[in-house]
Amino acid sequence: MMPVLRRLGFYLGLLLFTLFAVFPIVWMVITAFKQDADLYDVANNPFLYNLPPTLKHVTFLFTGTNYSVFLWNSLFIGILVVVITLLLAVPAAYSLSRLVGHWGERSGIAIFLVYLIPPTLLFIPLYQIVTFLRAANTVWALVLVYPTITVPFCTWLLLGFFKSLPRELEEAALIDGCSRWQAFVRVALPLSLPGIATCIVFAFALSLSDYIYATVFVSSTASHTVSAGVPTELIRGDIYYWQSLMAAAAIVTIPLAVAYGLLFDRLVKGFQSDSAGSEATP
Amino acid sequence: MSEAEASSGVGLGDRDHLLGWLMLAPSLIYIAALVGLPFFLAIALSVTSATVGDPSIHGFVGLGNFVQVLHESAFPLALRNSVIVTLATLILTLVLATAESELLVRDFRGKRLLQILLILPWAMPVSLAAIDWLWLLDSEFSPVDWLLRHMHLLGPGSPLGPANHLYYYGKEWLGLGAIVMINVWRLLPFATIIVLAGRTSIPRDIFEQAQVDGAGFFRTLFSITLPALLPILMVASMFTALLVFGDMAVTALTTRGGPGYATQVLPYWAYLKGIDGGALSEGAAVALFMFPVLLVGAILALRMAYRTDSQGDQP
Repeated sequence: MMPVLRRLGFYLGLLLFTLFAVFPIVWMVITAFKQDADLYDVANNPFLYNLPPTLKHVTFLFTGTNYSVFLWNSLFIGILVVVITLLLAVPAAYSLSRLVGHWGERSGIAIFLVYLIPPTLLFIPLYQIVTFLRAANTVWALVLVYPTITVPFCTWLLLGFFKSLPRELEEAALIDGCSRWQAFVRVALPLSLPGIATCIVFAFALSLSDYIYATVFVSSTASHTVSAGVPTELIRGDIYYWQSLMAAAAIVTIPLAVAYGLLFDRLVKGFQSDSAGSEATP
Repeated sequence: MSEAEASSGVGLGDRDHLLGWLMLAPSLIYIAALVGLPFFLAIALSVTSATVGDPSIHGFVGLGNFVQVLHESAFPLALRNSVIVTLATLILTLVLATAESELLVRDFRGKRLLQILLILPWAMPVSLAAIDWLWLLDSEFSPVDWLLRHMHLLGPGSPLGPANHLYYYGKEWLGLGAIVMINVWRLLPFATIIVLAGRTSIPRDIFEQAQVDGAGFFRTLFSITLPALLPILMVASMFTALLVFGDMAVTALTTRGGPGYATQVLPYWAYLKGIDGGALSEGAAVALFMFPVLLVGAILALRMAYRTDSQGDQP
């Protein structure tokens, strides 16, 4: 089917995109196992192990720093944020798509307006609110505020999803004697699982990735996330613990990339309601 | 409630309305309390003299903070850099995401593995991605510099200058370029997923018809694929722009806004002023400058998306 030249271009394109994505990661992984004397010698080929690789810096991460605490905090916060996000966004999206009339179906734009107020604009007053609630310096501060990032996004995504479901299915359930709530739980919800799966991945990824709230609201090591804890603990003024920093990043990234990568086609489907484009328009 | 009314699908019953509002209320209350309220607090703060030491909102100073901030030499630079970094990232990301989706829409062996590799940058928290790139473009040990030196592009008597290092984060335009690269790198998988969603929903027979009609690759790209992708490209650009414009981690961990204020951006400057410097009110004023820029950008994007959409609706 494909002519030779086009096939060549196709694989060359894939190769270039892969190199771009992977090069910084490869460099990261190589660095993580290097000895100091090897790493800090300008004459060495930086891509090779000129001295035998060492696990010293990876071990240091778990014995000499609070990295495992950060990992646990990030996981804990991530899971709670996903749960809260689904509890808020799924009913809201269904309600907007079916129950509150025509302006609800068109509310995609209003949800975008919430997105126009980014964390960088809110972090100073939110810091005061969090302090007022005595949540500053605890993981609860982050559990409380991260849904401000995830709820609008997931509501928007699910709104498109619910709108693309044929109304007839729920109407049939209503005729069969189901209540509206039952029709939602038994008919609409199972059909929107692909959208919900995408929401779970994005809510987790967004909460893990946040830096600004994690830095501003939390200063005690015990409550830091990976995102804020790794830079504060492994960068001391001008001293960078490069190998441990790289190991810290690789340990978080590689398992998540495998998980997200295996869900790749599903994530694409999550954006594929009738919708995604027309959703944004009034 | 009668079955006929429920099944007509046109008139919603009162009970449906009530249930609708009950299902919507938690989200509305949450967003009002933690986005709406702080937004107005930010506005209130910006017209007072609040500091970390005295955070109460009573010392009214009017627009004093805005005037004060406008007169600082960092302001024009931070605004300029925020706009440049956002636009450059946006354009590069959209072009690359469209190209990448054009490749990934096809099936080939090893696609699963490739999807894992391609999504790697997005799986990394932003701050760690910034640190990865800080080390990748290190002033002394950068492997990129090493490669350039070995290709005789860098070092004494070479095209890129006599120095052995490029010192990416110590220079104005190289620093901004590096910040753009990091953002493109981390957001490309995300943008590709969105564009791919649009690309895979274009009906296949359109492409087959174009092939029958003898349209080449680029002809098909410009007259079929891109016009069909426009609405979803708008969605992708809104998300990308918001994620870049509002981000301070990349700048904070790489150039730290320097040298001087040459690579400073609005969010990080607001952080330095409001939290590090303790001048809450001035920080809030800086952060508020981001709002009109975002608003104008969003209105433009929505109008374009709307226009392409309504054209599509015409028979």
